[in-house]
Amino acid sequence: MSGARTAAASSAGMRRRRRVTNLAGLGFAALATLFGLFFLFWILGATLVNGFAALGPRLFTEMTPPPGAQGGLLNALYGSTLMIVVGTAVGTPVGVMAGTWLAEYGGARPLAGATRFLNDILLSAPSIVIGLFVYEVVVSSTGHFSGWAGAVALALILLPIIVRTSDETLRLIPTALREATLALGAPRWRMIASVLWPAARTGISTGILLAIARISGETAPLLFTALNNQFWTWNPANPMANVPVVIFQYALSPYETWHDLAWAGALIMTLVVLIVSVGARYALSGRRRKT
Amino acid sequence: MSGTVRQSTEGTRGIAGRVTRPQAAPVPVRVSIRHLSFFYGARQALKDITLDLPDRRVTGLIGPSGCGKSTLLRVLNRMYDLYPGQRATGEVLMDGENLLDNDVDLNLLRSRVGMVFQKPTPFPMSVYDNIAFGVKLHEKLSRAAMDERVEWSLTRAALWDEVKDRLHASAAGLSGGQQQRLCIARTIAVKPEVVLLDEPTSALDPISTLRVEELIDELKRDFTIAVVTHNMQQAARVADQVAFFYLGELIECGPAAQMFTAPREKRTQDYITGRFG
Repeated sequence: MSGARTAAASSAGMRRRRRVTNLAGLGFAALATLFGLFFLFWILGATLVNGFAALGPRLFTEMTPPPGAQGGLLNALYGSTLMIVVGTAVGTPVGVMAGTWLAEYGGARPLAGATRFLNDILLSAPSIVIGLFVYEVVVSSTGHFSGWAGAVALALILLPIIVRTSDETLRLIPTALREATLALGAPRWRMIASVLWPAARTGISTGILLAIARISGETAPLLFTALNNQFWTWNPANPMANVPVVIFQYALSPYETWHDLAWAGALIMTLVVLIVSVGARYALSGRRRKT
Repeated sequence: MSGTVRQSTEGTRGIAGRVTRPQAAPVPVRVSIRHLSFFYGARQALKDITLDLPDRRVTGLIGPSGCGKSTLLRVLNRMYDLYPGQRATGEVLMDGENLLDNDVDLNLLRSRVGMVFQKPTPFPMSVYDNIAFGVKLHEKLSRAAMDERVEWSLTRAALWDEVKDRLHASAAGLSGGQQQRLCIARTIAVKPEVVLLDEPTSALDPISTLRVEELIDELKRDFTIAVVTHNMQQAARVADQVAFFYLGELIECGPAAQMFTAPREKRTQDYITGRFG
Protein backbone atom coordinates (compact mmCIF):
# COMPACT_ATOMS: atom_id res chain seq x y z
CA MET A 1 0.00 0.00 0.00
CA SER A 2 2.61 2.50 1.11
CA GLY A 3 4.95 1.05 -1.54
CA ALA A 4 2.45 1.87 -4.26
CA ARG A 5 2.01 5.36 -2.87
CA THR A 6 5.76 6.12 -2.88
CA ALA A 7 5.99 4.75 -6.41
CA ALA A 8 3.19 7.09 -7.48
CA ALA A 9 4.82 9.98 -5.64
CA SER A 10 8.20 9.33 -7.22
CA SER A 11 6.67 9.13 -10.70
CA ALA A 12 4.89 12.44 -10.05
CA GLY A 13 8.25 13.86 -8.95
CA MET A 14 9.86 12.53 -12.11
CA ARG A 15 7.18 14.13 -14.27
CA ARG A 16 7.71 17.47 -12.52
CA ARG A 17 11.47 17.21 -12.99
CA ARG A 18 11.00 16.49 -16.66
CA ARG A 19 8.67 19.45 -17.08
CA VAL A 20 11.19 21.76 -15.45
CA THR A 21 14.08 20.41 -17.54
CA ASN A 22 11.98 20.80 -20.65
CA LEU A 23 11.09 24.40 -19.82
CA ALA A 24 14.70 25.27 -19.03
CA GLY A 25 15.89 23.70 -22.30
CA LEU A 26 13.26 25.50 -24.34
CA GLY A 27 14.07 28.77 -22.55
CA PHE A 28 17.77 28.52 -23.32
CA ALA A 29 17.10 27.58 -26.94
CA ALA A 30 14.76 30.56 -27.33
CA LEU A 31 17.32 32.92 -25.73
CA ALA A 32 20.08 31.68 -28.04
CA THR A 33 17.82 32.15 -31.06
CA LEU A 34 16.88 35.67 -29.97
CA PHE A 35 20.54 36.51 -29.38
CA GLY A 36 21.45 35.43 -32.93
CA LEU A 37 18.43 37.09 -34.53
CA PHE A 38 19.06 40.34 -32.63
CA PHE A 39 22.46 40.84 -34.23
CA LEU A 40 21.28 39.59 -37.62
CA PHE A 41 18.47 42.15 -37.66
CA TRP A 42 20.75 44.87 -36.32
CA ILE A 43 23.16 44.30 -39.21
CA LEU A 44 20.38 44.05 -41.77
CA GLY A 45 18.61 47.06 -40.28
CA ALA A 46 21.72 49.25 -40.30
CA THR A 47 22.48 48.20 -43.89
CA LEU A 48 18.92 48.89 -45.00
CA VAL A 49 18.59 52.27 -43.25
CA ASN A 50 21.98 53.64 -44.28
CA GLY A 51 21.94 51.97 -47.67
CA PHE A 52 18.49 53.19 -48.69
CA ALA A 53 19.46 56.71 -47.71
CA ALA A 54 22.36 56.50 -50.15
CA LEU A 55 20.45 54.84 -52.98
CA GLY A 56 19.84 56.89 -56.08
CA PRO A 57 19.96 56.69 -59.85
CA ARG A 58 23.56 57.96 -59.82
CA LEU A 59 24.72 54.69 -58.30
CA PHE A 60 24.09 52.95 -61.58
CA THR A 61 25.16 55.71 -63.97
CA GLU A 62 28.31 57.26 -62.53
CA MET A 63 31.81 56.10 -61.69
CA THR A 64 33.31 55.94 -58.24
CA PRO A 65 34.14 59.58 -57.40
CA PRO A 66 37.29 61.21 -56.05
CA PRO A 67 37.08 62.39 -52.42
CA GLY A 68 34.42 64.99 -51.82
CA ALA A 69 32.75 64.67 -55.23
CA GLN A 70 29.45 63.01 -56.14
CA GLY A 71 29.47 59.69 -57.96
CA GLY A 72 28.15 56.17 -58.25
CA LEU A 73 29.23 52.57 -58.36
CA LEU A 74 28.80 51.73 -62.05
CA ASN A 75 32.40 50.65 -62.63
CA ALA A 76 32.42 48.56 -59.45
CA LEU A 77 29.10 46.87 -60.25
CA TYR A 78 30.32 46.07 -63.76
CA GLY A 79 33.65 44.76 -62.47
CA SER A 80 32.00 42.56 -59.82
CA THR A 81 29.47 41.17 -62.28
CA LEU A 82 32.14 40.41 -64.87
CA MET A 83 34.48 38.69 -62.43
CA ILE A 84 31.68 36.65 -60.85
CA VAL A 85 30.40 35.56 -64.27
CA VAL A 86 33.86 34.62 -65.55
CA GLY A 87 34.80 32.91 -62.28
CA THR A 88 31.55 30.90 -62.33
CA ALA A 89 31.93 30.03 -66.02
CA VAL A 90 35.43 28.70 -65.38
CA GLY A 91 34.84 27.01 -62.03
CA THR A 92 31.47 25.35 -62.65
CA PRO A 93 32.32 22.90 -65.47
CA VAL A 94 35.59 21.93 -63.81
CA GLY A 95 33.84 21.46 -60.46
CA VAL A 96 30.96 19.41 -61.85
CA MET A 97 33.32 17.20 -63.85
CA ALA A 98 35.62 16.67 -60.87
CA GLY A 99 32.65 15.88 -58.59
CA THR A 100 31.32 13.46 -61.20
CA TRP A 101 34.66 11.71 -61.45
CA LEU A 102 34.84 11.39 -57.67
CA ALA A 103 31.33 9.96 -57.36
CA GLU A 104 31.22 7.75 -60.44
CA TYR A 105 34.78 6.64 -61.14
CA GLY A 106 36.76 7.43 -58.00
CA GLY A 107 35.10 4.83 -55.81
CA ALA A 108 37.50 3.67 -53.13
CA ARG A 109 40.63 4.52 -55.09
CA PRO A 110 43.38 6.25 -53.08
CA LEU A 111 43.40 9.07 -55.65
CA ALA A 112 39.72 9.76 -54.93
CA GLY A 113 40.33 9.83 -51.18
CA ALA A 114 43.29 12.17 -51.61
CA THR A 115 41.29 14.42 -53.95
CA ARG A 116 38.39 14.67 -51.50
CA PHE A 117 40.80 15.48 -48.66
CA LEU A 118 42.60 18.20 -50.63
CA ASN A 119 39.31 19.58 -51.85
CA ASP A 120 38.11 19.89 -48.27
CA ILE A 121 41.30 21.78 -47.40
CA LEU A 122 40.74 24.12 -50.34
CA LEU A 123 37.15 24.53 -49.21
CA SER A 124 38.18 25.74 -45.78
CA ALA A 125 41.28 27.68 -46.86
CA PRO A 126 41.09 31.36 -45.83
CA SER A 127 40.22 33.31 -48.95
CA ILE A 128 43.10 35.69 -48.38
CA VAL A 129 45.48 32.75 -48.92
CA ILE A 130 43.84 32.11 -52.27
CA GLY A 131 44.24 35.81 -53.08
CA LEU A 132 47.95 35.65 -52.27
CA PHE A 133 48.33 32.50 -54.36
CA VAL A 134 46.73 34.12 -57.41
CA TYR A 135 48.84 37.22 -56.76
CA GLU A 136 51.98 35.10 -56.97
CA VAL A 137 50.88 33.05 -59.96
CA VAL A 138 48.99 35.58 -62.11
CA VAL A 139 49.66 39.12 -60.92
CA SER A 140 53.41 38.70 -60.41
CA SER A 141 53.93 36.89 -63.66
CA THR A 142 51.86 39.33 -65.75
CA GLY A 143 53.27 42.30 -63.88
CA HIS A 144 50.00 44.03 -63.05
CA PHE A 145 46.67 43.63 -61.27
CA SER A 146 43.80 42.62 -63.53
CA GLY A 147 40.16 41.60 -63.69
CA TRP A 148 41.26 38.22 -65.04
CA ALA A 149 43.32 37.58 -61.91
CA GLY A 150 40.27 38.48 -59.81
CA ALA A 151 38.11 36.06 -61.78
CA VAL A 152 40.69 33.28 -61.31
CA ALA A 153 40.72 33.88 -57.55
CA LEU A 154 36.92 33.74 -57.42
CA ALA A 155 36.90 30.57 -59.53
CA LEU A 156 39.29 28.93 -57.05
CA ILE A 157 36.96 29.76 -54.16
CA LEU A 158 33.90 28.53 -56.04
CA LEU A 159 35.49 25.33 -57.35
CA PRO A 160 35.73 23.25 -54.15
CA ILE A 161 32.14 24.08 -53.18
CA ILE A 162 30.87 22.75 -56.49
CA VAL A 163 33.14 19.69 -56.38
CA ARG A 164 31.80 18.83 -52.95
CA THR A 165 28.12 19.35 -53.72
CA SER A 166 28.30 17.51 -57.08
CA ASP A 167 30.12 14.58 -55.50
CA GLU A 168 27.70 14.32 -52.59
CA THR A 169 24.56 14.78 -54.65
CA LEU A 170 25.60 12.10 -57.13
CA ARG A 171 26.50 9.69 -54.36
CA LEU A 172 23.00 10.07 -52.91
CA ILE A 173 21.47 8.64 -56.09
CA PRO A 174 20.49 5.01 -55.46
CA THR A 175 22.68 2.35 -57.05
CA ALA A 176 19.52 0.81 -58.49
CA LEU A 177 19.12 3.75 -60.88
CA ARG A 178 22.66 3.25 -62.18
CA GLU A 179 22.18 -0.48 -62.59
CA ALA A 180 18.82 -0.01 -64.29
CA THR A 181 20.43 2.32 -66.84
CA LEU A 182 23.36 0.03 -67.53
CA ALA A 183 21.02 -2.98 -67.69
CA LEU A 184 19.50 -1.43 -70.82
CA GLY A 185 22.91 -1.58 -72.45
CA ALA A 186 23.85 2.06 -71.89
CA PRO A 187 27.52 2.97 -71.83
CA ARG A 188 28.68 4.67 -68.67
CA TRP A 189 29.10 8.20 -70.07
CA ARG A 190 25.57 8.02 -71.41
CA MET A 191 24.25 6.98 -68.01
CA ILE A 192 25.98 9.97 -66.41
CA ALA A 193 24.90 12.53 -68.99
CA SER A 194 21.33 11.35 -69.57
CA VAL A 195 20.24 9.92 -66.23
CA LEU A 196 22.50 10.85 -63.32
CA TRP A 197 23.01 14.55 -64.06
CA PRO A 198 19.28 15.16 -64.59
CA ALA A 199 18.58 13.21 -61.38
CA ALA A 200 21.13 15.32 -59.50
CA ARG A 201 20.21 18.59 -61.18
CA THR A 202 18.53 20.10 -58.13
CA GLY A 203 21.43 19.44 -55.80
CA ILE A 204 24.13 20.48 -58.23
CA SER A 205 22.40 23.73 -59.22
CA THR A 206 21.77 24.60 -55.58
CA GLY A 207 25.49 24.12 -54.97
CA ILE A 208 26.33 26.41 -57.88
CA LEU A 209 23.97 29.15 -56.65
CA LEU A 210 25.30 28.97 -53.11
CA ALA A 211 28.86 29.14 -54.44
CA ILE A 212 27.95 32.24 -56.46
CA ALA A 213 26.44 33.82 -53.34
CA ARG A 214 29.65 33.04 -51.50
CA ILE A 215 32.01 34.59 -54.05
CA SER A 216 29.82 37.66 -54.48
CA GLY A 217 30.93 38.97 -51.12
CA GLU A 218 34.60 37.99 -51.21
CA THR A 219 36.93 40.94 -50.63
CA ALA A 220 40.31 39.57 -49.59
CA PRO A 221 41.13 37.64 -52.78
CA LEU A 222 40.22 40.65 -54.93
CA LEU A 223 42.44 43.04 -52.96
CA PHE A 224 45.47 41.16 -54.23
CA THR A 225 44.25 40.46 -57.74
CA ALA A 226 41.78 42.90 -59.29
CA LEU A 227 42.78 45.68 -56.87
CA ASN A 228 40.54 48.59 -57.71
CA ASN A 229 40.11 51.18 -60.43
CA GLN A 230 38.75 54.66 -60.11
CA PHE A 231 37.79 54.73 -63.78
CA TRP A 232 35.66 52.85 -66.21
CA THR A 233 37.25 49.96 -68.11
CA TRP A 234 35.72 47.30 -70.32
CA ASN A 235 38.90 45.35 -70.43
CA PRO A 236 39.51 42.75 -67.70
CA ALA A 237 43.23 42.86 -68.47
CA ASN A 238 43.27 46.12 -66.48
CA PRO A 239 42.85 46.49 -62.75
CA MET A 240 39.12 46.51 -62.12
CA ALA A 241 36.82 48.15 -59.64
CA ASN A 242 34.56 45.79 -57.70
CA VAL A 243 31.96 46.33 -55.03
CA PRO A 244 33.58 44.54 -52.04
CA VAL A 245 36.93 46.33 -52.38
CA VAL A 246 35.18 49.68 -52.95
CA ILE A 247 33.17 49.10 -49.77
CA PHE A 248 36.37 48.25 -47.90
CA GLN A 249 38.24 51.35 -49.05
CA TYR A 250 35.38 53.81 -48.83
CA ALA A 251 34.27 52.62 -45.41
CA LEU A 252 37.79 53.23 -44.05
CA SER A 253 37.99 56.71 -45.57
CA PRO A 254 37.16 59.95 -43.70
CA TYR A 255 34.78 61.24 -46.43
CA GLU A 256 31.02 61.34 -45.90
CA THR A 257 30.16 60.81 -49.60
CA TRP A 258 32.36 57.71 -49.70
CA HIS A 259 30.67 56.35 -46.58
CA ASP A 260 27.29 56.68 -48.24
CA LEU A 261 28.51 54.85 -51.34
CA ALA A 262 29.93 52.08 -49.15
CA TRP A 263 26.53 51.69 -47.45
CA ALA A 264 24.80 51.60 -50.82
CA GLY A 265 27.26 48.99 -52.08
CA ALA A 266 26.74 46.91 -48.94
CA LEU A 267 22.98 47.04 -49.42
CA ILE A 268 23.22 46.00 -53.06
CA MET A 269 25.54 43.07 -52.26
CA THR A 270 23.32 41.94 -49.39
CA LEU A 271 20.24 42.03 -51.58
CA VAL A 272 21.97 40.12 -54.40
CA VAL A 273 23.18 37.40 -52.03
CA LEU A 274 19.75 37.25 -50.42
CA ILE A 275 18.02 36.90 -53.76
CA VAL A 276 20.43 34.20 -54.94
CA SER A 277 20.06 32.21 -51.70
CA VAL A 278 16.29 32.49 -51.57
CA GLY A 279 16.16 31.68 -55.29
CA ALA A 280 18.23 28.55 -54.65
CA ARG A 281 15.93 27.41 -51.85
CA TYR A 282 12.86 28.13 -53.93
CA ALA A 283 14.15 26.27 -56.99
CA LEU A 284 15.05 23.33 -54.76
CA SER A 285 11.70 23.07 -53.05
CA GLY A 286 9.83 23.74 -56.28
CA ARG A 287 11.46 20.77 -57.97
CA ARG A 288 10.92 18.55 -54.94
CA ARG A 289 7.25 19.31 -54.97
CA LYS A 290 6.94 18.38 -58.61
CA THR A 291 8.52 14.95 -58.29
CA MET B 1 30.25 -33.06 -52.03
CA SER B 2 30.29 -31.31 -55.34
CA GLY B 3 29.85 -34.70 -56.99
CA THR B 4 26.51 -35.28 -55.35
CA VAL B 5 25.35 -31.77 -56.17
CA ARG B 6 26.22 -32.20 -59.79
CA GLN B 7 24.42 -35.51 -59.89
CA SER B 8 21.26 -34.09 -58.39
CA THR B 9 21.15 -31.02 -60.62
CA GLU B 10 21.71 -33.03 -63.76
CA GLY B 11 19.05 -35.45 -62.68
CA THR B 12 16.48 -32.70 -62.21
CA ARG B 13 17.37 -31.15 -65.49
CA GLY B 14 16.32 -34.39 -67.13
CA ILE B 15 12.97 -34.32 -65.40
CA ALA B 16 12.48 -30.64 -66.13
CA GLY B 17 13.06 -31.36 -69.77
CA ARG B 18 10.53 -34.16 -69.81
CA VAL B 19 7.73 -32.43 -68.05
CA THR B 20 7.91 -28.92 -69.50
CA ARG B 21 7.16 -30.33 -72.90
CA PRO B 22 3.92 -32.18 -72.34
CA GLN B 23 2.74 -31.94 -75.94
CA ALA B 24 5.82 -33.70 -77.23
CA ALA B 25 6.97 -30.50 -78.95
CA PRO B 26 10.45 -30.11 -77.42
CA VAL B 27 11.10 -26.74 -75.84
CA PRO B 28 14.47 -25.47 -77.01
CA VAL B 29 16.86 -24.19 -74.39
CA ARG B 30 17.48 -20.43 -74.53
CA VAL B 31 20.12 -20.05 -71.86
CA SER B 32 22.23 -22.90 -70.64
CA ILE B 33 24.09 -22.45 -67.37
CA ARG B 34 26.96 -24.92 -66.88
CA HIS B 35 28.96 -25.41 -63.67
CA LEU B 36 28.59 -21.77 -62.71
CA SER B 37 30.33 -20.62 -59.55
CA PHE B 38 30.33 -17.04 -58.33
CA PHE B 39 32.49 -15.21 -55.84
CA TYR B 40 32.08 -11.93 -53.95
CA GLY B 41 35.76 -11.54 -53.19
CA ALA B 42 36.64 -14.67 -51.25
CA ARG B 43 33.05 -15.60 -50.41
CA GLN B 44 31.47 -18.10 -52.76
CA ALA B 45 27.84 -17.22 -53.46
CA LEU B 46 27.02 -19.79 -56.13
CA LYS B 47 28.35 -23.32 -56.16
CA ASP B 48 28.56 -25.24 -59.40
CA ILE B 49 25.13 -24.36 -60.76
CA THR B 50 23.88 -26.18 -63.83
CA LEU B 51 20.45 -25.07 -65.07
CA ASP B 52 18.65 -24.49 -68.35
CA LEU B 53 16.22 -21.67 -69.09
CA PRO B 54 13.75 -23.08 -71.64
CA ASP B 55 12.80 -20.81 -74.52
CA ARG B 56 9.71 -18.65 -73.91
CA ARG B 57 9.02 -20.17 -70.54
CA VAL B 58 9.07 -18.64 -67.08
CA THR B 59 11.67 -19.99 -64.70
CA GLY B 60 10.99 -19.12 -61.06
CA LEU B 61 14.00 -18.89 -58.75
CA ILE B 62 13.11 -19.43 -55.11
CA GLY B 63 15.00 -19.87 -51.87
CA PRO B 64 15.71 -18.09 -48.60
CA SER B 65 17.48 -14.69 -48.53
CA GLY B 66 21.14 -14.92 -49.38
CA CYS B 67 20.80 -18.22 -51.24
CA GLY B 68 22.21 -16.80 -54.45
CA LYS B 69 19.13 -16.47 -56.64
CA SER B 70 19.53 -12.73 -57.25
CA THR B 71 23.24 -13.29 -57.76
CA LEU B 72 22.39 -15.73 -60.53
CA LEU B 73 20.33 -13.05 -62.32
CA ARG B 74 23.18 -10.58 -61.98
CA VAL B 75 25.50 -13.08 -63.65
CA LEU B 76 23.20 -13.57 -66.62
CA ASN B 77 23.51 -9.94 -67.78
CA ARG B 78 26.99 -9.43 -66.32
CA MET B 79 25.76 -6.80 -63.85
CA TYR B 80 28.49 -8.01 -61.49
CA ASP B 81 31.10 -6.59 -63.88
CA LEU B 82 30.47 -3.16 -62.36
CA TYR B 83 32.05 -4.20 -59.11
CA PRO B 84 35.68 -5.11 -58.73
CA GLY B 85 36.32 -8.29 -56.78
CA GLN B 86 33.25 -10.11 -58.09
CA ARG B 87 33.90 -12.94 -60.52
CA ALA B 88 32.22 -15.94 -62.07
CA THR B 89 33.58 -19.25 -63.34
CA GLY B 90 31.89 -21.84 -65.53
CA GLU B 91 29.76 -21.15 -68.57
CA VAL B 92 26.54 -19.38 -69.46
CA LEU B 93 25.71 -20.33 -73.03
CA MET B 94 23.32 -18.45 -75.28
CA ASP B 95 23.34 -19.30 -78.98
CA GLY B 96 26.53 -21.24 -78.39
CA GLU B 97 28.32 -18.16 -77.06
CA ASN B 98 29.68 -18.09 -73.52
CA LEU B 99 28.36 -14.87 -71.95
CA LEU B 100 31.11 -14.95 -69.35
CA ASP B 101 33.89 -14.55 -71.95
CA ASN B 102 35.97 -11.44 -71.53
CA ASP B 103 35.46 -10.28 -75.10
CA VAL B 104 31.64 -10.22 -74.88
CA ASP B 105 30.28 -6.77 -75.76
CA LEU B 106 28.49 -5.94 -72.51
CA ASN B 107 26.21 -3.28 -73.97
CA LEU B 108 25.08 -5.66 -76.69
CA LEU B 109 24.65 -8.48 -74.17
CA ARG B 110 22.47 -6.27 -71.96
CA SER B 111 20.31 -5.40 -74.94
CA ARG B 112 19.71 -9.14 -75.37
CA VAL B 113 19.29 -9.91 -71.67
CA GLY B 114 17.17 -7.22 -70.02
CA MET B 115 16.61 -6.79 -66.30
CA VAL B 116 13.89 -5.32 -64.08
CA PHE B 117 14.76 -4.51 -60.51
CA GLN B 118 13.07 -4.86 -57.16
CA LYS B 119 12.20 -1.20 -56.73
CA PRO B 120 10.80 0.80 -59.63
CA THR B 121 13.57 2.93 -61.13
CA PRO B 122 12.00 5.47 -63.47
CA PHE B 123 14.53 7.76 -65.13
CA PRO B 124 14.16 11.49 -64.40
CA MET B 125 12.48 12.20 -67.73
CA SER B 126 9.09 11.84 -69.40
CA VAL B 127 7.24 8.54 -69.78
CA TYR B 128 7.97 8.60 -73.51
CA ASP B 129 11.67 9.29 -73.05
CA ASN B 130 11.95 6.53 -70.46
CA ILE B 131 11.05 4.07 -73.20
CA ALA B 132 12.89 5.80 -76.04
CA PHE B 133 16.13 6.07 -74.04
CA GLY B 134 16.94 2.37 -74.20
CA VAL B 135 15.78 1.99 -77.80
CA LYS B 136 17.96 4.88 -78.97
CA LEU B 137 21.01 3.17 -77.50
CA HIS B 138 20.75 0.33 -79.97
CA GLU B 139 18.64 1.44 -82.93
CA LYS B 140 18.19 4.47 -85.12
CA LEU B 141 14.45 4.88 -85.55
CA SER B 142 12.43 7.54 -87.32
CA ARG B 143 10.11 9.59 -85.20
CA ALA B 144 7.08 7.61 -86.37
CA ALA B 145 8.80 4.26 -85.79
CA MET B 146 9.79 5.38 -82.30
CA ASP B 147 6.23 6.45 -81.52
CA GLU B 148 5.10 3.05 -82.66
CA ARG B 149 7.72 1.26 -80.55
CA VAL B 150 6.77 3.27 -77.46
CA GLU B 151 3.09 2.44 -77.95
CA TRP B 152 3.90 -1.22 -78.60
CA SER B 153 5.98 -1.67 -75.47
CA LEU B 154 3.57 0.25 -73.24
CA THR B 155 0.70 -1.81 -74.62
CA ARG B 156 2.57 -5.05 -73.97
CA ALA B 157 3.27 -3.85 -70.44
CA ALA B 158 -0.46 -3.16 -69.94
CA LEU B 159 0.24 0.51 -69.28
CA TRP B 160 -0.72 2.23 -72.53
CA ASP B 161 -4.31 3.07 -71.59
CA GLU B 162 -3.20 4.64 -68.32
CA VAL B 163 -0.42 6.82 -69.73
CA LYS B 164 -1.34 7.56 -73.33
CA ASP B 165 -2.55 11.05 -72.38
CA ARG B 166 0.50 11.88 -70.32
CA LEU B 167 3.36 10.47 -72.39
CA HIS B 168 5.29 13.69 -72.05
CA ALA B 169 4.72 14.16 -68.33
CA SER B 170 7.39 13.16 -65.84
CA ALA B 171 7.55 9.44 -65.10
CA ALA B 172 8.06 10.28 -61.44
CA GLY B 173 4.36 11.21 -61.26
CA LEU B 174 3.21 7.62 -61.91
CA SER B 175 2.17 5.32 -59.06
CA GLY B 176 4.57 2.63 -57.84
CA GLY B 177 2.81 -0.12 -59.78
CA GLN B 178 2.71 2.00 -62.94
CA GLN B 179 6.40 2.82 -62.53
CA GLN B 180 7.26 -0.86 -62.30
CA ARG B 181 5.26 -1.63 -65.44
CA LEU B 182 7.03 1.30 -67.09
CA CYS B 183 10.34 -0.34 -66.18
CA ILE B 184 9.13 -3.58 -67.74
CA ALA B 185 7.99 -1.69 -70.85
CA ARG B 186 11.36 0.04 -71.02
CA THR B 187 13.12 -3.32 -70.87
CA ILE B 188 11.04 -5.04 -73.54
CA ALA B 189 11.17 -1.98 -75.82
CA VAL B 190 14.78 -2.90 -76.53
CA LYS B 191 13.45 -6.30 -77.72
CA PRO B 192 15.65 -8.54 -75.63
CA GLU B 193 15.54 -12.32 -75.85
CA VAL B 194 15.66 -12.90 -72.12
CA VAL B 195 14.00 -10.80 -69.39
CA LEU B 196 15.29 -11.09 -65.82
CA LEU B 197 12.95 -9.97 -63.05
CA ASP B 198 14.43 -9.54 -59.58
CA GLU B 199 11.54 -9.64 -57.10
CA PRO B 200 9.54 -7.35 -59.37
CA THR B 201 6.50 -7.12 -57.10
CA SER B 202 8.04 -6.92 -53.65
CA ALA B 203 7.53 -3.14 -53.50
CA LEU B 204 4.00 -3.23 -54.92
CA ASP B 205 0.49 -3.44 -53.51
CA PRO B 206 -1.62 -6.57 -54.18
CA ILE B 207 -3.51 -5.14 -57.17
CA SER B 208 -0.32 -3.98 -58.88
CA THR B 209 1.26 -7.34 -58.06
CA LEU B 210 -1.58 -9.13 -59.78
CA ARG B 211 -1.21 -6.96 -62.88
CA VAL B 212 2.52 -7.60 -63.06
CA GLU B 213 1.94 -11.34 -62.68
CA GLU B 214 -0.60 -11.32 -65.51
CA LEU B 215 1.91 -9.37 -67.52
CA ILE B 216 4.64 -11.96 -66.95
CA ASP B 217 2.28 -14.65 -68.14
CA GLU B 218 1.55 -12.63 -71.26
CA LEU B 219 5.17 -11.74 -71.96
CA LYS B 220 6.37 -15.32 -72.12
CA ARG B 221 4.85 -15.59 -75.59
CA ASP B 222 7.80 -13.53 -76.78
CA PHE B 223 10.47 -13.63 -74.11
CA THR B 224 12.35 -16.15 -72.03
CA ILE B 225 11.83 -15.07 -68.45
CA ALA B 226 13.63 -15.71 -65.18
CA VAL B 227 11.95 -14.33 -62.08
CA VAL B 228 13.29 -14.25 -58.54
CA THR B 229 10.56 -14.28 -55.93
CA HIS B 230 10.11 -14.75 -52.21
CA ASN B 231 6.46 -15.49 -52.66
CA MET B 232 5.67 -19.18 -53.12
CA GLN B 233 2.18 -18.52 -54.44
CA GLN B 234 3.64 -16.17 -56.99
CA ALA B 235 6.14 -18.77 -58.13
CA ALA B 236 3.33 -21.31 -58.42
CA ARG B 237 1.19 -18.84 -60.38
CA VAL B 238 3.68 -17.53 -62.90
CA ALA B 239 6.46 -20.11 -63.29
CA ASP B 240 6.58 -23.08 -65.65
CA GLN B 241 9.79 -24.32 -64.12
CA VAL B 242 10.94 -23.68 -60.57
CA ALA B 243 14.48 -23.84 -59.22
CA PHE B 244 15.12 -23.96 -55.48
CA PHE B 245 18.39 -22.53 -54.20
CA TYR B 246 19.84 -22.94 -50.76
CA LEU B 247 23.18 -21.59 -49.51
CA GLY B 248 24.46 -21.05 -53.03
CA GLU B 249 23.53 -24.48 -54.31
CA LEU B 250 20.80 -25.45 -56.71
CA ILE B 251 18.95 -28.04 -54.66
CA GLU B 252 16.23 -28.97 -57.06
CA CYS B 253 14.68 -27.85 -60.30
CA GLY B 254 11.48 -29.09 -61.86
CA PRO B 255 8.12 -28.16 -63.33
CA ALA B 256 6.20 -25.85 -61.03
CA ALA B 257 3.36 -28.32 -60.49
CA GLN B 258 5.72 -31.03 -59.36
CA MET B 259 7.89 -28.74 -57.22
CA PHE B 260 4.96 -27.56 -55.16
CA THR B 261 3.14 -30.86 -54.83
CA ALA B 262 5.81 -33.50 -54.81
CA PRO B 263 9.31 -32.09 -54.36
CA ARG B 264 11.96 -34.77 -54.31
CA GLU B 265 14.22 -33.08 -51.81
CA LYS B 266 13.38 -32.74 -48.13
CA ARG B 267 14.89 -29.24 -47.99
CA THR B 268 12.66 -28.06 -50.82
CA GLN B 269 9.62 -29.42 -49.03
CA ASP B 270 10.63 -27.76 -45.77
CA TYR B 271 11.12 -24.41 -47.51
CA ILE B 272 7.93 -24.33 -49.54
CA THR B 273 5.86 -25.40 -46.57
CA GLY B 274 7.39 -22.57 -44.52
CA ARG B 275 9.42 -24.65 -42.10
CA PHE B 276 12.48 -22.45 -42.66
CA GLY B 277 13.59 -19.54 -44.81
